[in-house]
Amino acid sequence: MMQNLKIAEIQNKIREGEFTCEQYLNFLLKNYDQRNQKLNCVLQIDKQGALDYARQIDLKISREEDLDPLFGVFIGVKDNIHARGFKSTCASKMLENFEPGFDATCVARLREAGAFILSKLNCDEFAMGSSNENSAFGIVRNPVAEDCVPGGSSGGSAAAVAANMVTVALGSDTGGSIRQPASFCGVVGLKPSYGSVSRYGLVAFASSLDQIGPLGSSAEDCELIFDTISWQDPRDGTSTIYESKSKDEPIKIGIVEEFFDSDADLEFKKFYQKILDELAKISNFELMKVSLPSLKYCLPVYYILSSAEASSNLARYDSVRYGPVLAESNDLLEIYKSNREKGFGKEVKRRILLGTYVLSEGYFDSYYKKALKIRSLLKREFERVMKEADILIGPTTPSTAFPIGDKNEDPLEMYKSDLFTVPANIIGCPAISVPVGNLDKKPLGLQLMALNGHEANLLNFTKIVQSQFDRSR
Amino acid sequence: MATYETVVGLEVHVQLNTSTKIFCGCSTNYAGKPPNTHVCPVCLGFPGTLPVLNTEVLNSALKACMSLNCVIPSRTKFDRKHYFYPDLPKAFQISQLDEPIGEHGYLEIELEDSKANYKRIGITRIHMEEDAGKLSHSEKSGDSLVDYNRGGIPLLEIVSEPDIRDSYEAKAYLAKLRLALLYLGISDCDMENGSLRCDLNVSVRPSGTTKFGTRVEVKNMNSFKSVGAALEYERDRQIHTLQNGGNLIQCTRLWDEERGETRMMRSKEDEDDYRYFPEPDIPPIYLDEQKLAELRKDLPESPEDRLTRYQSLGLLKENAQTLVLNKDWGDFFDKACEFTDKGSRINLSNWIISELGGWLKDYPELKMTTLQLTPQNLGNLMRSIQKQEISGKQAKLVLTHLLDNGGEVAATIELLGLQQISDDDSLAVMIHKIIEENPSALEDLKQGKKKAFGYLMGQIMKLSKGQANPSKVNQMLREVLNQDFNIEA
Repeated sequence: MMQNLKIAEIQNKIREGEFTCEQYLNFLLKNYDQRNQKLNCVLQIDKQGALDYARQIDLKISREEDLDPLFGVFIGVKDNIHARGFKSTCASKMLENFEPGFDATCVARLREAGAFILSKLNCDEFAMGSSNENSAFGIVRNPVAEDCVPGGSSGGSAAAVAANMVTVALGSDTGGSIRQPASFCGVVGLKPSYGSVSRYGLVAFASSLDQIGPLGSSAEDCELIFDTISWQDPRDGTSTIYESKSKDEPIKIGIVEEFFDSDADLEFKKFYQKILDELAKISNFELMKVSLPSLKYCLPVYYILSSAEASSNLARYDSVRYGPVLAESNDLLEIYKSNREKGFGKEVKRRILLGTYVLSEGYFDSYYKKALKIRSLLKREFERVMKEADILIGPTTPSTAFPIGDKNEDPLEMYKSDLFTVPANIIGCPAISVPVGNLDKKPLGLQLMALNGHEANLLNFTKIVQSQFDRSR
Repeated sequence: MATYETVVGLEVHVQLNTSTKIFCGCSTNYAGKPPNTHVCPVCLGFPGTLPVLNTEVLNSALKACMSLNCVIPSRTKFDRKHYFYPDLPKAFQISQLDEPIGEHGYLEIELEDSKANYKRIGITRIHMEEDAGKLSHSEKSGDSLVDYNRGGIPLLEIVSEPDIRDSYEAKAYLAKLRLALLYLGISDCDMENGSLRCDLNVSVRPSGTTKFGTRVEVKNMNSFKSVGAALEYERDRQIHTLQNGGNLIQCTRLWDEERGETRMMRSKEDEDDYRYFPEPDIPPIYLDEQKLAELRKDLPESPEDRLTRYQSLGLLKENAQTLVLNKDWGDFFDKACEFTDKGSRINLSNWIISELGGWLKDYPELKMTTLQLTPQNLGNLMRSIQKQEISGKQAKLVLTHLLDNGGEVAATIELLGLQQISDDDSLAVMIHKIIEENPSALEDLKQGKKKAFGYLMGQIMKLSKGQANPSKVNQMLREVLNQDFNIEA
């Protein structure tokens, strides 16, 4: 009865007495109790607080008092985003006991709008990974196919939404960390335009690429959350207000050739060809082929830039001011070395090494600087293409969710899962993944990209795609 | 034996006196406060926090660039400079690498030998950055403690060209630079409390050659004097090494004030690779002409302009210079001028320099700005002298009283019983009394002995204990003699 309802529907039903807010909460908690031990998507949960909150809502309804816009919305927050009262572990031993003591700006805005922060969600350590196998607190399983990964790094967020343990979730997306798990778990995930959601309170991975966004069971839910958290924050110098232009139909859809030209298997390609055929039938849509030749450089550019910034952002974790003291020594360098050796996981260390290398004297120009050049090249190509097309489409990921352990030992294979998602981060444009069906009983998403600030257009279009392909409704 | 030329460049760091830190809202007023009380998640580099540039810092930096004749680019940006040390909470310092706020500036210093001879010292660049925390090491417990109050205090780094040739020039450059920044009101520029710090780059080369020698950086000087001493020590050490056939290595050395020598700190090979890259959390800053023009219009008076102004007021060059070099003295002078007449300005400058200057010498804990005496008081006092309400000698009594106790000039004159008697009735009574008591003087006057008038004046002043208004007495005495005794005095 409460499965996969949109927020507006849940609120209506609570208001009209079809079920109480407490009953709705119990539905979420029951899913948590039954499945979290296996799925491991929730790391911290505030059951008592949630119960008090739900009863308060029900009391307000019985008294016919005014309700906040996000009443009855139970939110899960990725564990690299600060929420007062919870730890922010970033799924790392390094921050195992770190309590920030303040809300991220987006969390504060959700609370002000009347939502309740129910839980903190598992992820890849410091948001580095594409499978959620890099958490210091255990892997997360895909609720749709439990032997498979949920994707990453916001794997806990996607899984918690898919398993109905939260109403919606917040994730962070540096190279696909919202969209790729959304695709793997069959939910909707939006990475907003860079700067449209404040990063204050998000533990930085790669500052010029990171963006907070919602994961939900529908485009409508993502829209509601996005509209609440999108704000120009004086605490974040990179946050901006985009002038949103809504465009009249028909919608011109650019099919990005490079997205369909991967070395994916035949079944996969056939699946997406069918999707394109169905989209072509929709009368308002005008499909056109477009090309972004620089896309082929995206993965190296992404791993150079993101690792460089990560090596800098993660330099502060030395156990001097916070974090567990894992090793003691009288030698300062030894303290740094052994604490960082013990506190970080393998993938994080790999990225720090890579980032330190590309920023080193003598290598800066040939890696970091060159990557920046390709970044602006790609931006220009994108802007040129977007003069013709309103929306770009392609698969969100090059495959369905892969089995746990499958790619864990081969970082390059793992990095390839981000092939289609990193361009939006490099460009800074908004991108969304929406479920369009299953292949071998595993969900697949369609990725849609738009110009910076065009979230409204993007979400409207996503709703049309959603109604065309949604199986569960 | 070959002679050598010394080549010196200075790197000066000044703390800006903005009310809040460079990237957060913490107060900068941390001097003397308990450790780690002027900190917040942002300046402690907590995960999830972001730096936001304080525009006050940008404006101060721009003013410095303008005053030091720098070229200001249309775009400037911040970079991260990485090194691991507990005084740096993020393990990187937000600084500026290749797009600093100002470049290609200069200062002119007066040369020692000839006062009319100026030398231009180039300023390579000025950039903004954040200060680090402060470590203290306890010998007893072996603990190292860190205080982050200073972390995030805004700094300007001002790098000179290698145009300086000796310790006189180095000190003259520093003095000139300090004065320029003081006049902008952007820093306290106090070397003792660390709001101005200076590193030296010293090399020597055979006279007549142009290729730079091996450069040595010297740190840890805490006064202009020790900058000069460190420069001379390092120059002599380098020349001595070369003359003895030795080789110099590029390194950083520490000045040991007690021993008066420099000591090796680290060689070039041991230096960190700072792994600079553009700070992604602070977007580049675009500086439009209009903003710059507005700032330029509002630049405060420069030391040079003030000197010219003082001389045009008629002040002695020496006095004018003293007031310019001691900015708070000059400020005191300017404020006091508002409360006195044009004719008293020279006198006013004398009083500030000799009387107040003397007082400050006796009470070194005081400053011109902390005196009980206000500029308005001094202005009023000068006015009283000019109006001949009190004599100069009496004014000094009033001044001492005001310096000791504060208060207003008029009330103090009254309190000390120094107020002038100017009302006609009181003066007439005294005049008549003296004339009556001195018939012989009257007789002398009748016979044309003019000296007797002075005698009568003196007697009246004596009777009034010096408080009678002398010009009024003079005028009234003449009238009385004329009208009552028909004497034309």
